[in-house]
Amino acid sequence: MARIGVFVCHCGENIARTVDCARVAETAAKFPGVAHAVDYTYMCSDPGQNLIKEAIREKRLTGVVVAACSPRMHEPTFRRAAAEAGLNPFLCEMANIREHVSWVHEDREVATAKAIDHVRIMVEKVRHNEPLYPIRVPITKKALVIGGGIAGIQAALDIANGGQEVILVEKEPSIGGHMAQLSETFPTLDCSQCILTPRMVEVASHPNITLYTYSEIEEVEGFIGNFEVKIRKKARSVDLNKCTGCGLCMEKCPMKKIPSEFECGLGARTAIYRPFPQAVPAKPVIDREHCLMFTRGKCGTCAKVCPTGAINYEDQDEIVTEKVGAIVVATGYRVMDADLYGEYGYGKYPDVITGMQFERLLSASGPTTGEVRRPSDGKIPKKVVFVQCVGSRDNARGVPYCSKICCMYTAKHAMLYKHKVHDGQAYVFYMDIRAGGKNYDEFVRRAIEEDDAMYYRGRVSKIYEENGKLIVKGVDTLSGLTIQVNADMVVLATAVLSQEDAEPLAQKLSISYDEYDFLTEAHPKLRPVETNTAGIFLAGACQAPKDIPDTVAQAGGAASKVLGLFSSDELEREPVIARVNEETCVACWRCYNACPYGAIEKKEIKDRQGRAVRWVAHVNESVCAGCGLCNAICPSNSVELDGFDDEQLYAEIGALSNE
Amino acid sequence: MSNKTVSDTASSFTAEIEGRGRLRLADCYQCGKCSAGCPMVDYMDYLPHQIVRMCQMGEDSLREKVLGSRTIWLCVSCETCSTRCPKDFDIAHLMDVLREMSLEAGLQHADASNIIAFHKTFKNGVEKTGRLNEFPLAIGYKLRSMDLFSDVTKFPKMVTARKLRFLPHKIKGRDKVKKIFAKCEARIRAKKRGKK
Repeated sequence: MARIGVFVCHCGENIARTVDCARVAETAAKFPGVAHAVDYTYMCSDPGQNLIKEAIREKRLTGVVVAACSPRMHEPTFRRAAAEAGLNPFLCEMANIREHVSWVHEDREVATAKAIDHVRIMVEKVRHNEPLYPIRVPITKKALVIGGGIAGIQAALDIANGGQEVILVEKEPSIGGHMAQLSETFPTLDCSQCILTPRMVEVASHPNITLYTYSEIEEVEGFIGNFEVKIRKKARSVDLNKCTGCGLCMEKCPMKKIPSEFECGLGARTAIYRPFPQAVPAKPVIDREHCLMFTRGKCGTCAKVCPTGAINYEDQDEIVTEKVGAIVVATGYRVMDADLYGEYGYGKYPDVITGMQFERLLSASGPTTGEVRRPSDGKIPKKVVFVQCVGSRDNARGVPYCSKICCMYTAKHAMLYKHKVHDGQAYVFYMDIRAGGKNYDEFVRRAIEEDDAMYYRGRVSKIYEENGKLIVKGVDTLSGLTIQVNADMVVLATAVLSQEDAEPLAQKLSISYDEYDFLTEAHPKLRPVETNTAGIFLAGACQAPKDIPDTVAQAGGAASKVLGLFSSDELEREPVIARVNEETCVACWRCYNACPYGAIEKKEIKDRQGRAVRWVAHVNESVCAGCGLCNAICPSNSVELDGFDDEQLYAEIGALSNE
Repeated sequence: MSNKTVSDTASSFTAEIEGRGRLRLADCYQCGKCSAGCPMVDYMDYLPHQIVRMCQMGEDSLREKVLGSRTIWLCVSCETCSTRCPKDFDIAHLMDVLREMSLEAGLQHADASNIIAFHKTFKNGVEKTGRLNEFPLAIGYKLRSMDLFSDVTKFPKMVTARKLRFLPHKIKGRDKVKKIFAKCEARIRAKKRGKK
């Protein structure tokens, strides 16, 4: 015999203003199966919850209906309270008399009647509810970090230092990402390499980290705690175990004029190369597009000079499969192609360069060993114009968002330029200066006040060459004057874009992404490192343009989420999942095809002799999300959703029809 | 005047202003608070922050614009701008410097002649008597500006209200005031010689 308790909440005035809560409770007390009914001002408060707990114990309740707000708001609260009093939490249901009643109606009579109906429905449902028990899923305590820039490095180190195993996958031959290319970092002017390379080395030598460089994610299957990932290790043509990184092969390689990606085309590399001397691993890779052995089938110099026989022209891509429990996506960003803007002459005039190229000119390890020399003739430029917002905040041809880092790095560029060329003059064209951050605005003002950078508020319209000078035509809207600078060099602060392969990767991972292919967080404020797919987290600029401090903070946040997940051996999840009646299932596989989560499996029914008799659908408990698609599509009515089965739903409808 | 300017920081304009005053033009970040609070803006040709901006930009083409502006003469040195400036930039002082430079260069705005006449009379009176005396100031100004008849109707009322004293009041240490003026003049002369 059911003994159900009904608890009607006033939600302060929110419900009580339009619903006569006392009358709802009085009426509910007379419903069949109801043993107890009360109303109270704040049911979710401590005393409110105690009302429920005490009633469960004293009146030996077999079910609870809380008539209050949306279950999205407080179902976990009340189910927890029920469980604490010894009742199976799935015997506690909510009737939403706030969002569905008091907030959308004005007439007190009508609203009260509707609230009573809602309670009646849920009482009938609870009468038919069965206790459900949480599903336990084992967790593979190993994390996958995709991307070996500063975000991935930080996340990997934090997880590894937390005592868990990490696999770090990087598509380039070396980890380090964009940060390895930078000269000095704002707002402290720390040398980028000096603070990054020790961490790169730590990653390589950490006992808990397995590093796959020159590798990409091929396929991801599974779910939180139990992902299976296929990783493509691209053919490096150099045996990492045999290679000592002596560099003889690179010295002797006859292909010496390939534009270096790391130097943004300002320097050259060989066909067998490592991106930069501090690369991790410090071992080369053969670029098959340029290597003579692959383009013409002859050369073999590197193999001849290698003292350890590490060169392997026959090397093939290899697919390795790894089981992991959590994934951190840290794939970073790319910068927009500056040749999108013909009026700025990028690609046409060699001395119009991008911000990243200027970083390489400033870098002590760069093509000019840190001297600012212009690409065309190697002369030291005396007037340098920096143009901000190239592509950013440009709805017509670029992206509408602010790339966030350009104001700061442009101020840094102007400052470092002045530090290196004392008699030089930096000009900056900006739209707004966005320097929100600790010591950021002070940094920009320092560039202006101490290092004499001349800031003009306005965009540049055109850049052309005349008598060996780059004529920059801009405006200063503060004075209302157009500006012409006869410059020696121009640096364009190009927009930050998502990685080119962000979309296919997001699809492999089943995580969402925005219209610019930046990966989407679960909640912009309260769940900024989680994705909507459980067990997959975000770090760094793959989520949105981000500077190093923010990236490192987010990577640490993602790592702590992973460590939190790994802190227990099993994962507990809600038991609201589909169940197949194997007696009636006709194996039509409609559910199998409809399931968006791949949770339906084909199961063989065997007789006593072990002979296969027939096939039926089977639900993988740990994958099923309880969406109910299979339930709806099944023609033989063989699939039921626990907690929402046909009997319960008919009882709800019945409660309305035979009042 | 053209609205075009070719950026050339080798120009001396910014440097000259900074050399004359205790000013660092780059300090101004163009928030506009000076213009927002200036009581004279309605009569100015450029807003105070625009004057600062042009001084910052420093192109020689802007020298005439700034030194020939009406704004620098309309500034009454009330110092509201300097008091309220979030960057502690002394705009009123900049206006002093610019007035000096304007006079030296002979670029003063046509509308400024009466104002300059007033300044000169004021200065002479203080030099002679050590303080400001209304009657000699009024007479001196009228003679200098040849604006003889404005405000004369107010004259009798001011006399009866004892607001105007016919004989100037003189302070005791007039010789010391003279010395101060002499020192200033000497310094200005030295500066001019140095420049030539």
